[in-house]
Amino acid sequence: MRQRSLIAITAALAAGALTLTACGSRDDDGGGSDSGNGGTTVVIGVDAPLTGDLSALGLGIKNSVDLAAKTANKEKYVEGVTFKIEALDDQGQASVGQQNATKLVANDDVLGVVGPLNSSVGEAMQKVFDTAKLVEVSPANTNPALTQGVNWQKEKVRPYKSYFRTATTDAIQGPFAAQYVYNDAKKKKVFVIDDKKTYGAGLAATFTEEFKKLGGKVVGTEHINPESKDFSAVATKVKNSGADVVYYGGEYPQAGPLSKQIKEAGAKIPLVGGDGIYSADFIKLAGAAGTGDLATSVGAPVEELPSAKEFVANYKAAGYKEAYEAYGGYSYDSAWAIIEAVKKVVEDNDGKLPDDARAKVVDAMQNVSFDGVTGKVSFDEFGDATNKQLTVYSVKDGAWGTVKSGTFTG
Amino acid sequence: MNELPQQLVNGLLLGSMYGLVAIGYTMVYGIVQLINFAHGEIFMVGAFGALTVHLYLLPDGTSIWVALPLMLLGAVIVSVLVAIGAERFAYRPLRGAPRLAPLITAIGLSLALQQAVWAFYPEAKSKLPFPQIEGGPFSIGGATIQTGDIFLLIAAPVSMAFLAYFVMRTRTGRGMQATAQDPDTAKLMGVNTDRIIVIAFALGAVFAAVGGVASGLKYGQIDFKMGFILGLKAFTAAVLGGIGNIYGAMIGGVVLGVVETLATAYIADIPGLDKFGSQSWAEVWAFILLILVLLFRPQGLLGERVADRA
Repeated sequence: MRQRSLIAITAALAAGALTLTACGSRDDDGGGSDSGNGGTTVVIGVDAPLTGDLSALGLGIKNSVDLAAKTANKEKYVEGVTFKIEALDDQGQASVGQQNATKLVANDDVLGVVGPLNSSVGEAMQKVFDTAKLVEVSPANTNPALTQGVNWQKEKVRPYKSYFRTATTDAIQGPFAAQYVYNDAKKKKVFVIDDKKTYGAGLAATFTEEFKKLGGKVVGTEHINPESKDFSAVATKVKNSGADVVYYGGEYPQAGPLSKQIKEAGAKIPLVGGDGIYSADFIKLAGAAGTGDLATSVGAPVEELPSAKEFVANYKAAGYKEAYEAYGGYSYDSAWAIIEAVKKVVEDNDGKLPDDARAKVVDAMQNVSFDGVTGKVSFDEFGDATNKQLTVYSVKDGAWGTVKSGTFTG
Repeated sequence: MNELPQQLVNGLLLGSMYGLVAIGYTMVYGIVQLINFAHGEIFMVGAFGALTVHLYLLPDGTSIWVALPLMLLGAVIVSVLVAIGAERFAYRPLRGAPRLAPLITAIGLSLALQQAVWAFYPEAKSKLPFPQIEGGPFSIGGATIQTGDIFLLIAAPVSMAFLAYFVMRTRTGRGMQATAQDPDTAKLMGVNTDRIIVIAFALGAVFAAVGGVASGLKYGQIDFKMGFILGLKAFTAAVLGGIGNIYGAMIGGVVLGVVETLATAYIADIPGLDKFGSQSWAEVWAFILLILVLLFRPQGLLGERVADRA
């Protein structure tokens, strides 16, 4: 009978291993910013998934922050202060992100953090940073609850004073997509799928609400397991539901195969998603099936903004191996907002960093206002970006192309 | 429109993949009573072996029909070498040790192999696209079958038939059966048990490699983590079918795949259960089935009572 107990032990171990593989630390890559000559060193922390499924987006964030720090150093933008970055990898895991937050808080030179990418990771980091009065600016978190509290639909309450973001929220992104799908693309029957994560489920919910309000019909809903890659059963359901469009709340590692398998099942209908699928890797994973799929993303396309020309040119000149991806411009602006805040604090204190620099930077951040890569950068009373620009993209000839850019109005 | 035929085909395909990997678990367990948790990783390195052949050894633009046999060969070679290496250097030194020692070694080896591929294979930090077979889908009796799935549909039964022939009819196969029944007596009767154990590992690796290539063709992508979840599912399939029984592994795999698929497709239609019907709940239903089977048939679907061997 020992074998049977062995199997039981093994099964228990296996379940433990399932959760454990998510952890484990990896080498920290401190980035490559030059340390300048003398003066104070201020470290800008970066937290993003630098490895794993979402690394394409994460590395774009890290490089863009690095570029902002280098630019500030080159221009001697803040007299007597040299900026450095410390980039930590959260692998898209909330638990790892929280450990990283603790680590960044422990480093006294860190006066601001850019990141993270995932709303669920952001949720886990907020409190750690807020207790330490360390400012956090996310270029990519879009879940409304992060700035407006969990009951944001009824009563907006800002949970953490130290949290800001340059990205627009899903409270705007979901409805914006719904309006485009219903009014412009003329699709009336939607099948809604999400991955049950903070970002995906939130986005799918705001989309569904607006789509129904406009008069559209939800012919089916489904929640997928992000660990899975066989969506054939779901794809068959989509096909038989008679939907003429699929909305997916989630990220590209699942969206790519999902789109491919839905088309393979015989439903030749577009998949629409949020900024989480707006990545070149989505097209790589979906293959030819991705053609015609749509994504909304925050802001206007960086390539087309006159304010972004310099960023695009500098990024290219710096010779980063990875593309800046969807959040490059926002990451640069997030980092630059921290630099602006530090500048204000230093100038108010006769060119030196005060002892309570972190708290002062948080206060200064609230009033930051400058012309950034993505347009005017400033924050409202919740810490949300005042810039509410969004754009619809679609896959054409193996690349994302702009379809429509606009500002969402109620 | 009736979606049942399509969902059954979906489940059959998923289950065949589980079954191919489950054979490796069940064979090694049957002979040395070791649950080789690194077996999912053998599946993963097989897929990477095939991709390596495609990317680095064959000229660009080689037809998939020429490339596929060579990729399969590459996958088998890599998987078998890793499996034999694991047996020789990780498990054999622990042959007389308490059961838990090789088990923990297997989990450690699994993590080590994953991280090795993550660290050393070019660009393996994100998902890698796998070559695809061109051609449209085929429609058979209300179900659509993709070109990439054809390989799996052919490979799984052929592998199974080959294995059955090998174990039942050849001298080495009978040696395996003898070793499984009683290693000490088999040794006394002149069976080279060390060799038999190596062959069991190698054979399991061959099927895992076939599964790895099938997975790449089916999903169009591979990554360093692909073996972990699949390995757990395959282990579940092996237990469900009756661990130690090679037919049980295949049956268990198919049952598991079909149950997961049907749970996704139909549970939500049962009144009151609509919250538990989505794909994210499919595994829960699969494990409920496993618990039920083990309650009423602890030896698994096709397993035999092995209480005397412990």
